[in-house]
Amino acid sequence: MSDESSKSTESGALLSADHLSYTVGHDDIVHDVSLDVLPGELVGLIGPNGAGKSTLLSMLAGLQQPTNGAVRVREKPLQQFSITERAQIIGWLEQIGEIHWPLSVRRLVSLGRFPHLATWQKNNAKDEQAIQRALELTDSSHLQERDAMTLSGGERARVLMARVLAAEPSLLLADEPVAALDLGHQLQTMDVLRNFANGHKACIVVLHDLSVAARYCDRLYMMDKGKIAASGNAAKVLSNDNIRRVYGVDVIAGCESIPWIVPHKIVDQDS
Amino acid sequence: MAPRGQQTPGMQSNNRLLLVLSLLVIALAVTSLIVGSQSIDLKQALADQFNNPDSASAIILREIRFPRMLISIVIGASLGVCGAAMQGLLQNPLASPGLVGSASGAALGAVSVLYFSTSIASIQLIPIAGMLGSLMASLLVYLLAGRSAGITTLILAGVAVNSLATAGLSLLLNLAPSPYAAQELILWTLGDLSDRSFNDLWQLLPCTLLGWALLLGIGQPLNTLTLGESTAKSLGVRVNHLRWRVFIAVALSVGAAVSVAGMIGFIGLVVPHLLRPFVKHEPARLLSVSALGGAAMLLAADIGVRLIPTQQTLKVGVLTALVGAPFFFYLILRTRKQYHG
Repeated sequence: MSDESSKSTESGALLSADHLSYTVGHDDIVHDVSLDVLPGELVGLIGPNGAGKSTLLSMLAGLQQPTNGAVRVREKPLQQFSITERAQIIGWLEQIGEIHWPLSVRRLVSLGRFPHLATWQKNNAKDEQAIQRALELTDSSHLQERDAMTLSGGERARVLMARVLAAEPSLLLADEPVAALDLGHQLQTMDVLRNFANGHKACIVVLHDLSVAARYCDRLYMMDKGKIAASGNAAKVLSNDNIRRVYGVDVIAGCESIPWIVPHKIVDQDS
Repeated sequence: MAPRGQQTPGMQSNNRLLLVLSLLVIALAVTSLIVGSQSIDLKQALADQFNNPDSASAIILREIRFPRMLISIVIGASLGVCGAAMQGLLQNPLASPGLVGSASGAALGAVSVLYFSTSIASIQLIPIAGMLGSLMASLLVYLLAGRSAGITTLILAGVAVNSLATAGLSLLLNLAPSPYAAQELILWTLGDLSDRSFNDLWQLLPCTLLGWALLLGIGQPLNTLTLGESTAKSLGVRVNHLRWRVFIAVALSVGAAVSVAGMIGFIGLVVPHLLRPFVKHEPARLLSVSALGGAAMLLAADIGVRLIPTQQTLKVGVLTALVGAPFFFYLILRTRKQYHG
């Protein structure tokens, strides 16, 4: 894996999307979105509910076919990858992850190794190491014997994060991974993503907490009604004007060692 | 380190479970050779195969008990493994070949052939008709319920398709030319393993083995479905492909089973359930143990009908339904508790 990626595009984008649209009936869920992610980048995807963030992410992951436009990974169209190659490169973390059988947490996390296993192959030492590391990174080692269906919301989110980390993808697409987490685990998970997006690896993360987005992400894409409303560094994207226009909310923001953005009041749309 | 310490006992307990179930199947298989209206001395009957092949006990063993035993094992294993595969595929503990219409569809297909048959040659068509009926019924359930069927939709679709198949069966009974023909059809649908010969076994095997072959290698993909269909897709599982594979495998092997032995319900539901805790709820490991468990349960049921003294011989499908239905009640109660506290 690592050899292959180091010889591929040094300067080029790890992932790029050209004019992606996703249409259901007459509704454009995603409309003409272009973006790119460079190796080493942590890119934040923000925007109000229903802006099309999750649909965009699942198109980038190759799970939904765009109505228009194309996704490229290392400059090669995503469809040209085999489904297994794609799964080895791209890790996708669902917004509300499902767990259907009461497997042990460790077994659940080990399912992340699936793209690396041949049909009859069992996890080897290398796989077990990846699983162990993922459990430790997400502070879930102590949960590994637990029944995965009895976890709390936050524990579950961490375990599912461990599942996607265990796959050791080059590109991680995470849909609201910190929404259910307490303050400490939010920071910890963001640190994990920050450290993940390093070298040839990169991450796109959907976030609702703008302070977290401003603090951790290299670049942000702000979506509104299926389109990119603003993109660039946090200072540019998270301007009071942009937030007011897209979220309809006035914020109080500042920066004292770290940036902070606190919603203040809902803007009267007619004024 | 934890990983090694965990992997090995897991594998060991799996092998131990497979061994225990295999021994159980063997013990029940031997018992099923001995027990019956005519109790035979197995040692004597075996010796007679060489010395005195025309003795009564030698013939009973060779022509009646032995094929019946093998057919029980094959059908039981099919029902067990298909139940486990269905439950894994639909991520749903209440799924079974019976619930999603495979069995009643197969019965309708097979009975149609019996009903319309004019020559003995059409008997050969029974397995094919059973298989087609089974496939069409599960397809219909699948189309009705939609791709990401919730538990309720799936059960409703199953009930709807089952009632359609039952209506078709009733129609054929209604139009049966004589009461005898009607009774023959009814008895046939009840699920019966008596008076089966090696011919039935040969009729059963091709479709069954093809079905089993389709299920090879689906274990790990089924495991990933624990995380839901979208995540399984993102892990590189061809979920649609997998779904078709399981549906066709179930249609083939359940269709063949029903066309030889009629409808034998609940084994596909009960067996995976009983065994699931022993494989730590892992869909992949459940497949092989459910095959053995299904074989054991059908052998036991078939011994049961021979031991229970009734005036008319009790049909094995009736016995599995009598035991299975209350178990289904229990499952529903437990599911209710799980989902609603």
